[in-house]
Amino acid sequence: MEEQLHEIEAAARQALSQAGSLDELNAVRVRYLGKRGELTHVLRGMGALPAEQRPAVGHLANQVRESIEAHLSARTAELKEAQKHARLAAETIDVTLPGTAFYPGRLHPLTRVRREIEDIFLGLGFSIAEGPEVELDYYNFEALNLPKDHPARDMQDSFFIGPEVLLRTHTSPVQVRTMERTAPSVPVKIIAPGKVYRRDDDATHSPMFHQVEGLAIDRRITFGDLKGVLNVFAEEMFGAGTRTRFRPSFFPFTEPSAEVDISCVMCGGKGCRVCSHTGWLEILGSGMVHPRVLEMSGYDAGEVTGFAFGMGIERIAMLKYGIDDLRLLFDNDLRFLAQF
Amino acid sequence: MRVSFKWLREYVDIPVPPAELADRMTMAGVAVEGLQDLGAGIENVFTGRILKIETHPNADKLVVCTVTTGEGEIRQIVTGATNVREGQVVPVAVEGARLAGGLVIKKARLRGVESRGMLCSGQELGLDPAAMPADQAHGIMILPPDTPLGQDIRPVIGLDDVILELDLTPNRGDCLSMLGVAREAAALLGRELRPPVPVVTEIPASIAGRAQVDIAEPDLCRRYVARLFTNIKIGPSPLWMQERLRAAGVRPINNLVDITNYVMIELGQPLHAFDFDTLRDGRIIVRRARENEVLISLDNVERRLTGDMLVIADPGGPVAVAGVMGGLATEVTGKTTSVLLESAYFHPVSVRRTSRALGLRSEASTRFEKGIDPAGCRRAADRAAQLLQQLGAGEICSGVIDNYPVSHTPKTIILRPERAGQVLGVAVSREEAAGILSRLDFGVQDAGGDLLVTVPSHRVDVGLEIDLIEEVARMHGYHRIPATLPSGAATRGARTAEQSLTARVKDVLAQCGLTEVVTYSFTSPVFADRFHLPSGSERRQTLALQNPLSEEQSVMRTMLLPGLVEVLQRNFNRRVTDGAVFEIGRVYFPRDGEPLPEERPALAAAVTGQMPAGWNRPAQVLDFFFLKGVLETLAREIGLDVLHFEPLTGDPSFHPGRTAAVYAGEEKLGVLGELHPDVLESFELPARVTAFELDLASLLTRSGRVPRYQSLPRFPAMDRDLAVVVRKEIPAREVLRIIRKAGGALLSSVRLFDVYQGEQVKEGYRSLAFALKFQAGDRTLTDAEVLAHTAAISAALAKQLGAELRG
Repeated sequence: MEEQLHEIEAAARQALSQAGSLDELNAVRVRYLGKRGELTHVLRGMGALPAEQRPAVGHLANQVRESIEAHLSARTAELKEAQKHARLAAETIDVTLPGTAFYPGRLHPLTRVRREIEDIFLGLGFSIAEGPEVELDYYNFEALNLPKDHPARDMQDSFFIGPEVLLRTHTSPVQVRTMERTAPSVPVKIIAPGKVYRRDDDATHSPMFHQVEGLAIDRRITFGDLKGVLNVFAEEMFGAGTRTRFRPSFFPFTEPSAEVDISCVMCGGKGCRVCSHTGWLEILGSGMVHPRVLEMSGYDAGEVTGFAFGMGIERIAMLKYGIDDLRLLFDNDLRFLAQF
Repeated sequence: MRVSFKWLREYVDIPVPPAELADRMTMAGVAVEGLQDLGAGIENVFTGRILKIETHPNADKLVVCTVTTGEGEIRQIVTGATNVREGQVVPVAVEGARLAGGLVIKKARLRGVESRGMLCSGQELGLDPAAMPADQAHGIMILPPDTPLGQDIRPVIGLDDVILELDLTPNRGDCLSMLGVAREAAALLGRELRPPVPVVTEIPASIAGRAQVDIAEPDLCRRYVARLFTNIKIGPSPLWMQERLRAAGVRPINNLVDITNYVMIELGQPLHAFDFDTLRDGRIIVRRARENEVLISLDNVERRLTGDMLVIADPGGPVAVAGVMGGLATEVTGKTTSVLLESAYFHPVSVRRTSRALGLRSEASTRFEKGIDPAGCRRAADRAAQLLQQLGAGEICSGVIDNYPVSHTPKTIILRPERAGQVLGVAVSREEAAGILSRLDFGVQDAGGDLLVTVPSHRVDVGLEIDLIEEVARMHGYHRIPATLPSGAATRGARTAEQSLTARVKDVLAQCGLTEVVTYSFTSPVFADRFHLPSGSERRQTLALQNPLSEEQSVMRTMLLPGLVEVLQRNFNRRVTDGAVFEIGRVYFPRDGEPLPEERPALAAAVTGQMPAGWNRPAQVLDFFFLKGVLETLAREIGLDVLHFEPLTGDPSFHPGRTAAVYAGEEKLGVLGELHPDVLESFELPARVTAFELDLASLLTRSGRVPRYQSLPRFPAMDRDLAVVVRKEIPAREVLRIIRKAGGALLSSVRLFDVYQGEQVKEGYRSLAFALKFQAGDRTLTDAEVLAHTAAISAALAKQLGAELRG
């Protein structure tokens, strides 16, 4: 009988080793360990043994069972692992296929740049003011120290709606409206982005374009503050190390006035085609708010001072993205817009 | 203004090269936008005399010249020019010479005859033909016969010069003169200014009794100086004067005209010369024109005048438009023997209006408009007299008419150096301020710590303390003012709720696949017809521009959609046939009794074509449901109460069966729909387009709702699918409403996941399939409960809609 048990063990182990799948393993288990399996069958014959032999044979039978079961579980694990490997191998994908296509739209480059400008000035404590695009002559010109027949009105050819109503030629009227609303309280710090209109249409002028106006009024605002704020802007907008240059200029609503250049974004100031070999790019006009403008809007020019500036968003967008044709910004060619 | 560096040095020593002067002037507010080296690139061109001219043996249009460039240098040159004569001195380019534009001269044979060089025109030497005497604008440049031979041509004709091209700001009319620019240069360089000092030798014959000037409009003509010249001999002006005029961009005409132009450029005072014998009674009257009075101007155009224009008249009528243009009848000609010279001050605004009204702008009117120096009229007249004498062009009658009713009173201003410091943010000492202003010809006196400043008469732009502060700042140098940040109370920089939401709307739409466009605010008035707007539509009431650039841009838009459709159409023509665009912008509505229109922010989108298929997903058609989904997503993203959509059939711009009015609560926000084929046809767009346009303000007012947390369910949900067949006219929303009502509180969500019409559903019907989710907050539902609810839903649908369950 002992011999028989050893044979069963050997046969079962061999069968387990040869089984190639979990089903086969299970069949082997049933054949040897099942209720009608061979091992069970042998054990049923124990009753025929002499009583003194039974404990030894019983012990051996348990050993055989344990041995088979251990081998069974090892083989099960092995086969499961193999099966998993096979599945993973079969599941291989071509990772070079393109990802699922999403088609997000794009924001217009002018919006992108406008937001960037807004964010810079928001961080400097400026809030965002808005005003009408169809404007009274008073706000667009007169209150900005541009009386009728002022030669500087020639700088801006206007679209008229009526004798006293026109499309604003700059965002500066928002300055006036803001001051009228807030005078005599200070501080005032706003920027006013928006559309403006001039009667010009050629390769470098669009009859509609966008400006951002800036205005700060307080008891001790200086020209040095104007320089400081615009220096921060230039570095934030065009990168650390961007230098500025303030050139005396003339605007009727500011005095002293300055045009502001930045070191060329293309060549860094060495001189190239973009900056006409000067190393500088003009980006905005600025100055200290003219005392007459302050007075007309209800401030005491002896008590407060202020600075103002205005820049063209198109110009900045063109510099930032290397766009060489202004008209692209209003042509709305989807192949152009898709690039931003 | 073109400033000759060479000429400038007559008035001030300039120890720096032109480029450095240009840079320093630019940084002091007199912007030099360009430097032009006149002789750049010109080499080996010399003065030479034409000794002999012979016919060319083989060509009718060529001649063979024998030319000497001095001592024994004889060369043969073939030319096609017709204005050459024996004995003339001309510019000769010898072999190896370089001309303007890079042309290199080589020895050549022209039709078999050897030619060792070229005779040059002014243009070939880089001169502007418009600034050449008319008889030399084409053809070889003819030099005075006494010009030494063999000289480098550049100094001979003034090409050894650099032109500073000024881009002057409108306030600096004083720099429209050589003297004004020299004054700036002198102040910047710390050098002395040498203004011309006119010395006039008069003949005994007097102007008195022969000429008379009356100013009828002293407000418009503050001063009128006249001098009388006799024995006038009209001829060309000398080369030096021609060169200077040419450098300034002014064409030499004759000695008399050249003198008036020369003085204008030198001193900034426009002058006018009348042929004295043509002035009736020798009388000048400065008066307003009579309505519809007529003058034939120098350019031989009949000018109709109006009552607000100032004219120079004689007893017979106008002879010039003051400060703008002279009249033909009194023009100086070759026959002129005496001249009345006008040196006057006309009011800037009057000249400006008149020149605009007549469409005439001249060097003179430009200067008057900006305001000339009223104290300078006399000096300019004398300077012209001096030059006339110097050129031997005539004699000066004794005496001057100087009609100057109210003479110039110099302005005085107090400058507080401390105030300058407060404005600029850098301390300015009294001494520095005084030094700067003195160098600019301001009178400066001490006034108890402050400065009492007298403004020179040529600085008409200066009238306030701030003007003086600016003078100090620009001469001090902006670059020397330290950059600081505002020191006052901190302010909060933040977007308003509306600004933030608008930005959010743009982001969401872009994420949904729409691309932002920016179109013009003005449009063509035909947009309303193209869009088939009903005749009474508010959107037909447009605001019109008085002076549009074109009909296409002549009214302010009342809707965004036409612009978007044009964008799609333009892209379509460029073979970009799939498109999804949006715009946020204002639309403009006139308001009765209000000067300014209402400007309403609007939001519109238009889509056509599809989003192409990927390898693992199908193409997405850009149709009604795409845009509806965009709006629903938008509403969710900006915290807007639920949008609802009502079928809209009567809008002629839209497809009657594919359009909905968009509501938030009771308020109609706008329309979403497929555009009517008639509209698309009028835009010549052969594709389907779906679009919406909404009132942005209404949309945003209802947005910004902050989500409220609801506790998460603790018991599992039970899912059931339900497919029903209903008549196809029954709106899905009605089916949903009945399901929700019948499902009661336990029905936590319903999702429509399939719509089917076809073989397995009978004609006129469609199948709608819903995924239902049942859930209770306090227990796990039993199958029986869920069954009871689905049965109730089925029963309600059957009863109210005649719906059948579909297996």
